[in-house]
Amino acid sequence: MDLTLKIWRQKDAKSKGKFVTYQISGISPDCSFLEMLDQLNEKIISENSDPVDFAKCPVSFDHDCREGICGMCGLFINGRPHGPDEAITTCQLHMRKFKDKDTIVIEPWRSKAFPLIKDLLVDRSAFDKIIQAGGYVSVNTGGVPDANSILISKHNAELAMDAAACIGCGACVAACYNASAMLFVSAKISQLALLPQGKVEAKERVQKMVKVMDKLGFGNCSNTYACEAECPKLVNRSNIARMNREFLSAKICSEKETQQIAGV
Amino acid sequence: MTTLNSKVPEGPIEQKWSNYKSHGKLVNPANKRKLDILVVGTGLAGASAAASLGELGYNVKIFCYQDSPRRAHSIAAQGGINAAKNYQNDGDSVYRLFYDTVKGGDYRAREANVYRLAEVSNAIIDQCVAQGVPFAREYGGLLDNRSFGGAQVSRTFFARGQTGQQLLLGAYSALSRQIAKGTVKLYNRRDMLDVVLVDGKARGIIVRNLVTGEIEKYFGHAVVLCTGGYGNTYYLSTNAMGSNATPIWKAYKKGAFFGNPCFTQIHPTCIPVHGDYQSKLTLMSESLRNDGRIWVPKKKEDAEKLRNKQMKANDIPEEDRDYYLERRYPAFGNLVPRDVASRAAKERCDAGYGVGSGFAVYLDFAESIKRLGRETIEARYGNLFQMYEKIVDENGYENPMMIYPAVHYVMGGLWVDYNLMTTVPGLYALGECNFSDHGANRLGASALMQGLADGYFVLPYTIADYLADEIHTKRIPTDSKEFNETEKEVKDNIENLKSINGKQSVDTFHKKLGKIMWEYCGMGRNEAGLKKALELIPELRKDFWKDVKIPGGTDEFNPEIEKAGRVADFLELGELIVRDALNRKESCGGHFREEMQTEEGEAKRDDENFAYVAAWEFNGLNAEPVLHKEQLEFKDIKIAQRNYK
Ligand SMILES: Cc1cc2nc3c(=O)[nH]c(=O)nc-3n(C[C@H](O)[C@H](O)[C@H](O)COP(=O)(O)OP(=O)(O)OC[C@H]3O[C@@H](n4cnc5c(N)ncnc54)[C@H](O)[C@@H]3O)c2cc1C
Ligand code: FES
Repeated sequence: MDLTLKIWRQKDAKSKGKFVTYQISGISPDCSFLEMLDQLNEKIISENSDPVDFAKCPVSFDHDCREGICGMCGLFINGRPHGPDEAITTCQLHMRKFKDKDTIVIEPWRSKAFPLIKDLLVDRSAFDKIIQAGGYVSVNTGGVPDANSILISKHNAELAMDAAACIGCGACVAACYNASAMLFVSAKISQLALLPQGKVEAKERVQKMVKVMDKLGFGNCSNTYACEAECPKLVNRSNIARMNREFLSAKICSEKETQQIAGV
Repeated sequence: MTTLNSKVPEGPIEQKWSNYKSHGKLVNPANKRKLDILVVGTGLAGASAAASLGELGYNVKIFCYQDSPRRAHSIAAQGGINAAKNYQNDGDSVYRLFYDTVKGGDYRAREANVYRLAEVSNAIIDQCVAQGVPFAREYGGLLDNRSFGGAQVSRTFFARGQTGQQLLLGAYSALSRQIAKGTVKLYNRRDMLDVVLVDGKARGIIVRNLVTGEIEKYFGHAVVLCTGGYGNTYYLSTNAMGSNATPIWKAYKKGAFFGNPCFTQIHPTCIPVHGDYQSKLTLMSESLRNDGRIWVPKKKEDAEKLRNKQMKANDIPEEDRDYYLERRYPAFGNLVPRDVASRAAKERCDAGYGVGSGFAVYLDFAESIKRLGRETIEARYGNLFQMYEKIVDENGYENPMMIYPAVHYVMGGLWVDYNLMTTVPGLYALGECNFSDHGANRLGASALMQGLADGYFVLPYTIADYLADEIHTKRIPTDSKEFNETEKEVKDNIENLKSINGKQSVDTFHKKLGKIMWEYCGMGRNEAGLKKALELIPELRKDFWKDVKIPGGTDEFNPEIEKAGRVADFLELGELIVRDALNRKESCGGHFREEMQTEEGEAKRDDENFAYVAAWEFNGLNAEPVLHKEQLEFKDIKIAQRNYK
C-alpha cells in the first residue's frame, strides 16, 4: 500500500505544533498501524537530513505492550480515537482497514486535562490522580479473610469484570466533546460498588473521586456517549448511570448526616 | 572472591519460613520512617512490594518507564495464577504445588525458595480478593479454577483472559492508596540507567527523565529491582516493546551475579511470525490448551497442500490428523509443560509437517465447541479469539488457529539468596528479574504467583533483616563522590552513543541480534552453533558502536536514545546467555542441547555434573566472566527423570 500521512508534530508543550505530510510506500495490509509508523520512522532515520530539526527526526508516540492491554498507545486517527475499527486499541489496528493511496490524519488526544508532551504524546497522569483519590479498597497486606469466605454472585462478578476491563487509555476523554472522564471514573466506581469488598467505602469513594475529577479539568457528561462508542474494551455507559446513582445517594446520606450532627 | 551463600534457614522445609519469620530482625515504626527504599518497577513484584513497604511505614520511592505504573508488562498476562487452595477438592496441597514447580523446572531450582512460594500462594489469592479483584466465579458464588500445563490438579485462578491485568490493577490500587498517603512517591517516565554503590553497598540509582532528558540521582538505604524479564534480547518476543535488561545488566556490571542466563522460555502457543516489519509476537494463552487440541497433518502431502493454500485445515479428515502431544504424552496430552510442547512443535515442523508458512501448527477448538457450545468457549477465551482475529484476520471459532513457539519469559536473572538479596549488599531482585523459583522451565500461572509472593509476602520480612542494621546510616547526599561518578558514567555513555552518528538505526542492530539468538540459542542449541554465536555477537557489538545512528537531541523525549542504551546492553547480555548455554552441557527444561537427548528425543539431564545454579560474575568488558556454582540439594523431592507420559 502507498499512503499519505498527515501527522501532528510539536516539539514540546510550549512550542506551536503543525501538521507535517509524509509519504510512505510498500506497506503490507497485514502489518499493524504502529508497525506502519515504525517503518515511517526507519525511513525518517535513514533520510534524516537534519539531526536537530525535530520534524526530520522520528515521530514520537506512546506504546508498550502492543497487544491492546496496557493502555499506553492512543492516537486520534482520521478523527477517531484508535481509528476506524471497533473495540480495539491503536496497536491492534491493522492496515487492512485502510485502502491503497489513502490519506491518513494522525493527531494526539486533545484535552485540557491531558497536556501535550511531544508530537503524539500526552500526559495522562490525571487518571492516576483520580484513582489515588479513592479507587481502591482500604486493606493492608496480610490479615484478610479466606478468599472463599466472601461469596459473590457470578452475575455481579461478571459485571464487575466488565467494568474492570478498562485499560485507562483515555479514548473516552478524547472522544468526548466536553473531554469528560465519566466513563473511566464510573468503571472503577462500578467495579467496586458491585462487590461486597468495595461497598464499605462506596460513599466516600464516589465523592472523593468525582471531586478530583472535576478539579483536574475534565468536562461534564452531556449524555452523547461517544465515549462508549470509542472504548476499546466496550466499557458500558450503564456504569455512568450507576456512578450517578451512587453519587446521589452518597450526597443525600451525607446531607442527612450533617443535619443529624447539627441536630436539625 | 565472593562465595555463594544462599542463606537458607535450617530446619525441616515446612518450618523454614515460619521459623524465619518468628526469629527475623525487626525495625521499629519510628525507625522505618527514617529509612528510604527505592523500588524500580511497578509490575506485580514492584507494585506489591512498594505498597506493602509503604503500609509498614518505610519511605518508598518507586520508578517506572511508562507514563503510569498500571502499564507494567504484568498487565499482559492472560491465563491465570496458581495457588494451593485445593478448592476443587482434587488432591492439591502446598507440597504438591512445590513438587510440581520443582519437577516442572526440571530440578534446577532451590527447594527452600520454591517451598516458600507454594506456602504463601494461598495468602495471595485472599489478598487479591480482598482488594476487589474480580476473579471468575461459579454459580454458587465461590471461586472458579482452570488447569494449566504441568499439573494434574485445577489450581489456577483467573479473571477471563486478563488475569495479569486484574492482579496488577489490584496491586496498583494498593500502591495508589500509599501514594495518596504520602508513604510512596511515584516517579513515572524514568529510565533507570545505573545503580550507585557506596562502600560496596547499594545506595542509590541514576535515572533519565524520559520527558526532559535530565539525569537524576536518588538515594536509598536499599534498592529493590523489579524490572521484569530480558526476553527482548531475542528482539521478537511476547514482551512489551520497552521491556529491557538495563537495570539488572548494570547491576551485574557492578558486582551482582547473574544466575542461569541461558534459561529462557519459549512458549508453545503464539501467533506465528508473518513479516520482517514485525515488532513483536503475541501470545495465545496457555489456558487455551485446556480446550484446544494441537495437531498437524499425518501426511506430508497434506501439509504441503496446506502451505500452498490448495487445501484448508477443515478438509483434513479426523484419521489424517496427528494430535502429536496426545500421541507422545498420553498422561498429560495437550497440557504438557511449555518446553516439551514447544520442542514437539519444532520437531514436527522441522520434519516437514508444519502448516502456514511451514512454521506453524494447529490449535483446534472444533471438538470443544461441539461438546460445550460456542458460547462457553467464547465466555472463557473471547478476548483471545478477538485478538487472534484482529491480527491474523481469521475466525478461530470456525477454523483452527495457527500457532508457533516464541520467546516469552526468562527463568534466569540476578542471583539472589533466600532473602531475595543479590550478591551486592542492599540490592534486591524480585519477580521475573531474579533467577530464583522456576529452575530451567517455568510452569504456566507461576510467574504471577512469584511476583506477588515476592512483593507482598517475602520482601517485607526479609528486607527488615538488612535494614535493622542500617538505622544509623544517615541519608547520603546525592552530590557525593560516588553518585557523581556514576552519574558521569551514565552521561558519558549517552554522549558516546549519540556521537557515533553512523548509518544504521538501533532497531536494525536489535533485529540482527535477535536473529543470531533465535538461530543459535533458541529452542535447540548445540556446541558448534553456540560457538558461532560467540563470534557473531561481539562482531555485531563492534559494528553497533561504530555505525549506530541516533537522531534528535539528548535533552528531550527521544525514544531512539532509550532504545540505543537498551540494545547496547542486550548486545552484551546476549553473549552471556550464549556462554552459559555453551557451558551447560546437558539438556534441562527450556535449555535443550541437541547433543544431549534420549532416543525418543527427550531432554537428557546430567545431574551428576550440572545440578547447580550457574552464577556469573562480571570480570571486565574484554575478559571472560567468572563462573560460580551453587550446588542444588534435593532433600524433600526425589530427583528423577521428568516423565509426562
Ligand atoms: C503475554 C504474556 C502473558 C503472560 N501470562 C502469564 C500468566 O498467565 N500467568 C503467569 O503466571 N505469568 C504470565 N506471564 C509472565 C508474567 O506476566 C511476568 O513474568 C510477570 O508479570 C513479571 O512481573 P514483574 O513484576 O517481574 O515485571 P514487569 O511486570 O515486567 O514490570 C517491570 C517493571 O519494571 C519497570 N522497568 C523496567 N526497566 C526499567 C528501567 N530501565 N527503568 C525504570 N523502570 C524499568 C517497568 O516500567 C515495569 O514497571 C506472561 C507474560 C507475558 C509476556
Ligand atoms: S500498546 Fe499497549 S494497548 Fe496499545
